[in-house]
Parts: sequence; C-alpha cells; structure tokens
Amino acid sequence: MKEIALHALDIIQNSLAAEASRLQITLDEAGDEITFTVADNGRGMSPELLARVSDPFTTTRTTRKMGLGIPLLRMAAEQTGGWVHLESALGAGTTLTARFHSNHIDCPPVGDMGETISLVLQGSPEIELRYTHRLNGQLFFFDTAQVRAQLGDGISLALPEVTLWIREYLQEQETILNGQKGMNL
Amino acid sequence: MKSLADLKAIRDRMQQQMNLRDTEGDHIRVVVGMATCGIAAGARPVLTAFLEEIEKRELKNVAVTQTGCIGVCRLEPIVEVYVPGQEKVTYVKMTPDKVPTVVSEHLVNGRVVSDYTIGAAE
Ligand SMILES: Nc1ncnc2c1ncn2[C@@H]1O[C@H](COP(=O)(O)OP(=O)(O)OP(=O)(O)O)[C@@H](O)[C@H]1O
Ligand SMILES: [Mg+2]
Repeated sequence: MKEIALHALDIIQNSLAAEASRLQITLDEAGDEITFTVADNGRGMSPELLARVSDPFTTTRTTRKMGLGIPLLRMAAEQTGGWVHLESALGAGTTLTARFHSNHIDCPPVGDMGETISLVLQGSPEIELRYTHRLNGQLFFFDTAQVRAQLGDGISLALPEVTLWIREYLQEQETILNGQKGMNL
Repeated sequence: MKSLADLKAIRDRMQQQMNLRDTEGDHIRVVVGMATCGIAAGARPVLTAFLEEIEKRELKNVAVTQTGCIGVCRLEPIVEVYVPGQEKVTYVKMTPDKVPTVVSEHLVNGRVVSDYTIGAAE
C-alpha cells in the first residue's frame, strides 16, 4: 500500500465485516513513531483465529485460506522496524495497533486520512466513528455524533454531498495539524 | 475553511431534494470493489471520483455502494454498473480519469464504454 491511510481503510473493512457498530480510530505521530489503532465492537475472534491472524509466519503463501490485509500491514510495519499487535475476544470486539517508524526509508507516508474516513462513512453511514489524530502534542478530534447533531436524523452520511463535505473538512483539519507541526520545528 | 455549522445548510438543501430522490424508484447502481486488492490497486480515489461526478451532475438516480472482493485481483480496481433491466457491466483497471467518461456515457447516456470493460481487458 502506498499510504498508511490505505492500510487503515483496509483494516477498518475488517471491523465492518465483523459487524461493528462503533469504531475508534487513532493516529499518533510522536517523533519518528507513527502508531495507528482501530478499535471496534464487532464480533471479535476466537483464541484460535486470533492466534492464527497474529502469527507473524502466517502468510497467504503458507495458508491459502488466510486473507491478505493483516499480513500485508504486518510486512509493511515490520519493514520499518515496527510491529502489529492484535487484541480480540469473541463478543468483545477487536483492537489492532500498528507501529511504523517514519525515519525508515521504506515507511509509507501517512496519506489521506480524510478520504479514508469519509469513504468508510459512505460505505457504512450508520456507524458511530471517532477519529483522533495526535501530532507532536497537537490534537484533532472528529466524531460522527458532531456531524449528526448538525445534519439531523433524516440525512444519510452516504449522500455524495455529505461524504465529499466530510472528506474536505477532514483534509483541511489534517493540513492545519501538519502546518502546526511545521511551525513547531 | 469548512466548519461543522456548514452541515446545517447541506441539511436544508438535502431536505428539499429528498422527495425528488425518493420518487425516482429504479436506481442505477455503481458497485466499487473495496477489498484489500482493490484498495491496493487504487479503488479509493476511484470511488471518490464517482461521488464527485455524481454530485457535479446532480444525478439523483445513481446509488454508489462498496463491496468486498470481486474476484479478479489483477484487474482491480473493478467497478460494476447495474442499470435496471440490463445486464451487469464490469469495468476493470479503473482510474479516476476514466470515471467522468463512464458517468457521462454510461450512467447518463446509456452507452457502455466498451474500451474499459472486462471484455476489452481479457
Ligand atoms: N476486526 C476484526 N474483527 C473480527 N475478525 C477479524 C477482524 N479483523 C480480522 N479478522 C479476522 O481475521 C481474518 C484475516 O483478516 P485479513 O484482513 O488479513 O484478511 P481478510 O479480511 O479475510 O481478507 P482481505 O483482507 O484479503 O480482503 C479475517 O478474515 C477475519 O476472520
Ligand atoms: Mg481484510
């Protein structure tokens, strides 16, 4: 994947496939450490499945039935000296955390989190989603509850007008956050 | 700069259009493959490009949805178009710059863009 935000989009699809109704996404940039977390309240995994998915030697090559998304993320994170960690229990939801090191030459850029999150909402307009981006002490926070409070109940977050507004809003906020990083240097 | 209060204006506009949208009945469906292989191949900006074109042209009879793996990873990003009463059309190796043509030709004028379909790629 060309961006960390594309890995995030792919990992969030797992939460949606597990029928999550609440999602908490955090992106934390501190020094050269980039950490993203996707926490959901979906169906969770059995200990056996969790062990298989967590096994760094499980790749699509060794077990055909396994998916691509988590092994791909693990490979990308580990290439930068980072890691992927999963916590999950049946009925209790799943939390995936991935760490990248941005000073490594193979580290992809964070990329377009605005497009990622707006399209998650386009695909699952009913979901409750919170997104927190911390960047060297600065903070941006987004909650679908804020959006619904303005839009009212009758209007779907999947309407093109709404999805595109959310994308541009988040992109602007991300740009501001990144500008603040520039000023601190 | 955008602020959350802008959404109130969107709400008012949408509420006026609601009736229009609902009475339309038969929708054209655009389905974008958003599994790992689709995302890696570039499905995310393709999906946004469809939303942008549809908003720009104010097409109220088109529904854009996402799906998992459509099955032919090497041909991703894949987009399926369902026009009521017609056979499904599968567009492959989609890019954002192919989207305006698919929207204007196929979704608006009903002419399949054969060059971009799975038949042309095989
Ligand atoms: N958030 C989650 N909740 C419940 N189960 C999960 C979650 N994330 C992953 N899993 C389980 O782990 C499996 C492997 O996930 P992975 O993303 O690697 O592949 P996939 O989603 O099956 O396929 P692909 O990502 O290639 O489209 C999933 O099929 C699912 O069973
Ligand atoms: Mg997956």
